[in-house]
Amino acid sequence: MQQERSVVERAHPGPATYVKVAVILAIVTVIEVATYYLVDYLQAALIPILLVLSAAKFVLVVGFYMHLKFDAPLLRGMFAWGMTVAIGITLAMLALYKI
Amino acid sequence: MVESALKLERARYERSALVEWLTTVDHKKIGILYFWTSLAFLLIGGLLALLIRTQLIVPDNTFLGPQAYNEVFTMHGTIMIFLVVMPLNAAFFNFFVPLMIGARDVAFPRLNAFSYWAFLFGSLLLLSSFLFGAAPDGGWFGYANLTSSRLYSPGLNIDFWVMGLQVLGVATLASALNFFVTIVNMRAPGMSLMRMPVFVWMTLVTAVLILLAFPSLTVGLVMIMFDRYFGTNFFNPAAGGDPVIWQHLFWIFGHPEVYILILPPMGMISEILPTFSRKPLFGYTFVVFAGIVIAFLSFGVWAHHMFAVGLGPVPNAVFATTTMLIAIPTGVKIFNWLGTLWGGAIEMKTALLFAASFIAMFTIGGISGVMHASVPIDYWQTDSYFVVAHFHYVLFGGSLLAIFAAIYYWFPKMFGRMLDERLGKLHFWLTLIGFNLTFFPMHFLGVDGMPRRIYMYSAGMGWDLWNLVASIGAYLLGASTLLLFVNMLKTLRKPADAPADPWDGRTLEWSIPSPPPAHNFDVVPVVRGRDAFWIEKYGAEEVIGPAPERHGAEAGHNPQNPHNPGPGEGAGHDQAASHGAEHHGDSRIHLPPPSWFPLTTGAGLTLMGIGMVMHASDTLGSLGFPVVGLGIAMVVVSLLGWTFEPIHEEGHA
Amino acid sequence: MSDSTAVGHVPEAHHTTTGISHNKMLMWAFLASDCMFFGSLIWVYMVYRGRSLEGPYTQEILNIPYTSVSAAVLLLSSLAMVLALHGIQHGDMRRFRVWLGATAALGALFLGGQYFEFTEFYHHGLTLEQNLFGTTFFVLTGFHGTHVGIGIIWLVTLILMSLFGRLTPANAERVEVAGLYWHFVDIVWIVIFTLVYLIPY
Repeated sequence: MQQERSVVERAHPGPATYVKVAVILAIVTVIEVATYYLVDYLQAALIPILLVLSAAKFVLVVGFYMHLKFDAPLLRGMFAWGMTVAIGITLAMLALYKI
Repeated sequence: MVESALKLERARYERSALVEWLTTVDHKKIGILYFWTSLAFLLIGGLLALLIRTQLIVPDNTFLGPQAYNEVFTMHGTIMIFLVVMPLNAAFFNFFVPLMIGARDVAFPRLNAFSYWAFLFGSLLLLSSFLFGAAPDGGWFGYANLTSSRLYSPGLNIDFWVMGLQVLGVATLASALNFFVTIVNMRAPGMSLMRMPVFVWMTLVTAVLILLAFPSLTVGLVMIMFDRYFGTNFFNPAAGGDPVIWQHLFWIFGHPEVYILILPPMGMISEILPTFSRKPLFGYTFVVFAGIVIAFLSFGVWAHHMFAVGLGPVPNAVFATTTMLIAIPTGVKIFNWLGTLWGGAIEMKTALLFAASFIAMFTIGGISGVMHASVPIDYWQTDSYFVVAHFHYVLFGGSLLAIFAAIYYWFPKMFGRMLDERLGKLHFWLTLIGFNLTFFPMHFLGVDGMPRRIYMYSAGMGWDLWNLVASIGAYLLGASTLLLFVNMLKTLRKPADAPADPWDGRTLEWSIPSPPPAHNFDVVPVVRGRDAFWIEKYGAEEVIGPAPERHGAEAGHNPQNPHNPGPGEGAGHDQAASHGAEHHGDSRIHLPPPSWFPLTTGAGLTLMGIGMVMHASDTLGSLGFPVVGLGIAMVVVSLLGWTFEPIHEEGHA
Repeated sequence: MSDSTAVGHVPEAHHTTTGISHNKMLMWAFLASDCMFFGSLIWVYMVYRGRSLEGPYTQEILNIPYTSVSAAVLLLSSLAMVLALHGIQHGDMRRFRVWLGATAALGALFLGGQYFEFTEFYHHGLTLEQNLFGTTFFVLTGFHGTHVGIGIIWLVTLILMSLFGRLTPANAERVEVAGLYWHFVDIVWIVIFTLVYLIPY
């Protein structure tokens, strides 16, 4: 049990990392909002850019604030499974309704 | 150690029997509550089925009017799925999963009790609709916008349906969360995933399916509720809404739901067949992975319920393909069960008869299922009696026959008494004959073009004969099911004298007395391979994988004493010490104390549903939202009490 | 339901097969399930995008700069949440209470902003009944707001528990589990902010 525990609970990052992540999140949000004013320049690239940016924020929060990056692989798998099914069904529905 | 546990038990049992059952958090008692409740609902659902068959016994019958017929078939389907098969599965999850993995309880005992009470109250809310003459009448699938618009369903019927199902959904989700954590996290030392009994595996897979499928139903029901109560436009074509969206939401839930109903029974079969063939399950790994594959694919096939909607050739072709793929893992399982029986020293007990008939009947249902996986054939068969025949072969010939098998198999463990084998065999033969007499002719009726859900048909359609036969079969089936109840009631009046291990079983639940003591295991067992108890009794030709570390050198097995087959006291103490040292320094068994809060939380939740139904009524409309508020307050207060309630005698929490 | 079950059972944490505590695993399983809940609401929203038959339409109503501030507030609350958790994990109860209070306050600020946004939209004629956009928008963001509200109640309960000595650094995991829920609500907003507000029509 002792060994397992040490495998499961690796050290969580400290406040310095958390603040760094927050700064990155803030910057990404600013970029996202900026795209709103640059619609005319970005055109077709806009939607992919927005999706990538929000995915980056998503991963940062899940990975660092929910410390999934440092946590047990099982928990990662559980959450990934839920996300996969949800995203898969959403994509299927969007395809069915030709969006 | 055992003595202190007994002392704890005695203190608790000074309460009156009623209070004891109302506040219990013991997974075995909760399992028994689920068991009797859902069997009572089986009688109600069966009675409704007999009403349907009585109406259809002759052409132009006027026994039930169209409105009554709609209510009867809607409630029959809803009851059988949500109030009978799912909770009967849950009864066995509750009673046997902790025993089979060598645990003393589930991970969250009070949450478990909450699941039961929310299930009971939600069911009563749904059934109370009969008292108000407003039983749900929109089909178990509740297609929008018939159900979502008060224009088309003005009464309270659908409100009862929506609110009842929401409460049941919460109960089911809570229970799935609980069993997921229990199975992943509470296995006895040595019980690796690939040593778990298949029933436990299928419970785990079912829990995952529930967690991912039920939210879709919840969201759909919320949308119907908003459309009905707050004038939203989710399924309102006048505002551009698309009622087909509901069908997607419903079947994204609905198809995994089919596996939620059938996978646990498949697990039961996988326990019963090896026991009565006296050989291990053939191809354990394949059975487990087939179950996982079925669960994975089940999220990609929902639109095969909607072939006739007109999604277009490409979506239909895709979903036809994925649907046919599911036949592969299902077929794998069937061959593995046959392989288990093959060459076994088969004991023809009632449980085995039901289990073996499951294989045959389920295969028939599976084959007709593959038929309408093909789009053109489905165009022909959809909404006909062929489909009714198909899903009754899967859900009665599959789920219920396996559950009957499980009742005969596990009743001695649950109640300490052996069911009568002679009555049991009579029950089996009458059921098998009655079942086939009822549902096989429906294939012919469907092929001859008889549509589902019609309350009357004319003479001269060529449907008279098979409808008559089906109705006679249904009466026979009803009578045979009564035999099961006679058998159980008769048995319960006998003294409790069942041995701990009446069938020479293979899994851990047979290693402890029948019925098991409150703390389940005197010493937490250490598992040395698949069929853990069998290995302790007879040794293993092949122990899979290394023995767990804590197992110790002296861990001999003890075939003389089926009550305590554990690997010896040494192992138990080691383990208790390694866990307990940090907290208590001794090895007392901690049983969670009883609690009222699960019951009050469930009641508060149901009160919210009742309030919503009242809000829609003519006479009590103004009371509706106050009652909802009362329900919310009750839930919040109960949860606070729940949070602050000490869960260990020492006040650890 | 989750907040009630997430507490208690602390000693059991040492008995688990995987070494992960029951509470934490329960929360992750619940979040996986909640993915499907929000996933379903979101796909219905996406399918109905731009299908309203009458106005007010999306582009006339949404106020991107305003919501950007809201989104930032919620992101900031996530930072406060991890700092609170770090506090209790290192035995600093004062730091824990200050940051957890800040988390709840930022959450409340977000909810207040949502209330203001909703009333503003109502004044512009966008109601639940008005069109498909109103229907799907209010139900999706409303359920997200409900999640935030439940989170605030949970956080306040934790602060009260710590004041009455019922929550000590030994139970830091309860805060961690509450935090998982809180961050999840935050990432749902990240998705909603992009799909509902930012992606143009």
